[in-house]
Amino acid sequence: MSVSVYVPTDAGALSLGAQEVASAIAAEAQRRGAPVEIVRNGSRGAYWLEPLVEVLTPGGRYGYGPVTASDVPSLFAANFLAGGAHPLALGLTESIPWLKGQQRLTFERVGIVDPASVADYVKHGGYQGLTRALSLTGADIVQQITASGLRGRGGAAFPTGIKWKTVLEQVTAQKYVTCNADEGDSGTFADRMLMEGDPFTLIEGMTIAGIAVGATQGYIYLRAEYPHAYAALKTAIAAAAQAGYLGADVAGSGKRFELEVRLGAGAYICGEETSMLESLEGRRGEVRVRPPLPAIKGLFGQPTIVNNVVTLASVPWILAHGAQAYAGFGMGKSRGTLPIQLAGNIRRGGLVERAFGLTLKELLYDYGGGSASGRPIRAVQIGGPLGAYVPPAHFDTAVDYEALTGIGALLGHGGIVVFDDSVDMARMARYAMEFCAIESCGKCTPCRIGSTRGVEVIDRILAGIDGERNVRLLEELCETMVQGSLCGLGGMAPFPVQSALKHFREDFRARVS
Amino acid sequence: METLSPAEKAVVRRVLAEHKGRPGPLLEVLHAIQASLGFVPPSAVPVVAESLNLSRAEVHGVVTFYHFFRRSRPGAHTVSLCQAEACQSMGAEALATHARQRLGIGFHETTANGAFTLEPIYCLGNCACSPAAMIDGRLYGRVTAERFDALIAQESASS
Repeated sequence: MSVSVYVPTDAGALSLGAQEVASAIAAEAQRRGAPVEIVRNGSRGAYWLEPLVEVLTPGGRYGYGPVTASDVPSLFAANFLAGGAHPLALGLTESIPWLKGQQRLTFERVGIVDPASVADYVKHGGYQGLTRALSLTGADIVQQITASGLRGRGGAAFPTGIKWKTVLEQVTAQKYVTCNADEGDSGTFADRMLMEGDPFTLIEGMTIAGIAVGATQGYIYLRAEYPHAYAALKTAIAAAAQAGYLGADVAGSGKRFELEVRLGAGAYICGEETSMLESLEGRRGEVRVRPPLPAIKGLFGQPTIVNNVVTLASVPWILAHGAQAYAGFGMGKSRGTLPIQLAGNIRRGGLVERAFGLTLKELLYDYGGGSASGRPIRAVQIGGPLGAYVPPAHFDTAVDYEALTGIGALLGHGGIVVFDDSVDMARMARYAMEFCAIESCGKCTPCRIGSTRGVEVIDRILAGIDGERNVRLLEELCETMVQGSLCGLGGMAPFPVQSALKHFREDFRARVS
Repeated sequence: METLSPAEKAVVRRVLAEHKGRPGPLLEVLHAIQASLGFVPPSAVPVVAESLNLSRAEVHGVVTFYHFFRRSRPGAHTVSLCQAEACQSMGAEALATHARQRLGIGFHETTANGAFTLEPIYCLGNCACSPAAMIDGRLYGRVTAERFDALIAQESASS
């Protein structure tokens, strides 16, 4: 009887040597004649423990980490195949406090299942949501999503049920379900982890969406920077089709749903939904003027659902467990759970899925353990390159949509990037403008020209030229971009700049170079 | 504009035959051409345009809009360094300075021996393991200057 050993195939784990670890385990097992079956799972999201190797014992899955290839002989010597003691031993993986306290709904299978196996997915509760959905009318499915309180997890936080209802009400021959997997915000990796670690959940969520609104074709728009996720999705889609969960007769229901992955090409703006649709149609990713909304006139001019990966991947759980069960998590108007991503200069970085309402302090210190450098945390940026910088004075704020809006910040896609006290906030403000200048689609003037002028104005401030006057000019420029830009890129790129000016003004002084 | 070699022409024709009937095929076509040739030769633009019933301006506009598509042949290895905020918080700028010195080139440039092309990239989704780099599609996390040098030495030896 061979022992199951789990070594993640998640890109983050691979980036820390998981492939070498898997090879070393296979080689050492062969040398010793120890029968092992290596399963390539996703990541549990505790990146500070990656590569995290797990061994299935009668008592449960025992974890060892972070493991390097050179640790492998000593693991065998310590009889890790039976959960033996070793300096890297973590005990039962599920009992690691960092993981144990989490409320994993959307990510319940990530890091646990084999992402290439439909059978393993079904064994762990997969496709129960679809089975339930197939027993309901489209309107009832949409009602479930509405009642769950699910809001778009990509950043806009728009109620998902309302979007679906609009698409359902359109009478046309063709509708589409599109998944925005252009996860371009720095500090975010939840989409990637899910697509690599449990791609069937996304596929199931999109299938349910298609059945609900009467769409027969789905597209996943995936960023080109994610080659591992691309491979995982391709494998999973083929396996789902093979098993009869995609195609002309979804799970024997007589309903059709086809799914295809399309690659982006390195344009941040294509995470904006209308720009994404342009790109899916094979054009420059220039933003469309709304109205019409994509739900009425979207991909190829047809009614289209556009949802983020995490939004769609939350759908199977909601259908399987009921809208009320999901809405039972969270606070205020932020219902359910949120996969928060702790990133940057943080000791215990990774993915924390919890009900809305945890404070930044709990996340940064209880989960994160403070900065990786050991220096005091000076600022965090929430919600990607368009998100505000938040100072420690606000770390008691709860992580929910409304509470963060209250301090002038945005939750976005739930990424939190941590900076220690060596950060130069004027340089970060300059970077925000520079990034906007690089990534602007060019369609509207405030964004295209404003971002370039923004870099120049900050350069003048740092060079000591007319400091006060240029700070005022910068503030006015930010206001113009916020008010006058066509979409969120130019409209929000000033947020990090404004927040840096507000909370870290002392950094905007002339430099001696 | 350099003309397409017969082999390049064959690749472009094959890709077009494969993708032509699909809805909104242009990005797929450009990805497939770049996957085979390493870049999208400017002389492929009129061929693609004619086949897909688009203007040359439309195809050129798409090729130049997206950072991922390159119009000249890259080095044998493409090294992308993440320059986004999470990586900056862990020293991405210092790593970029080191990389430029080590390779003797700036961003968007290729070493004289054609071995390495250095590119900035804005987020590899490895933000809990910063700073991150990607070499020929392989992802690396917590990249120090020493690890960078070791990776470059390893790639140099393999090519």
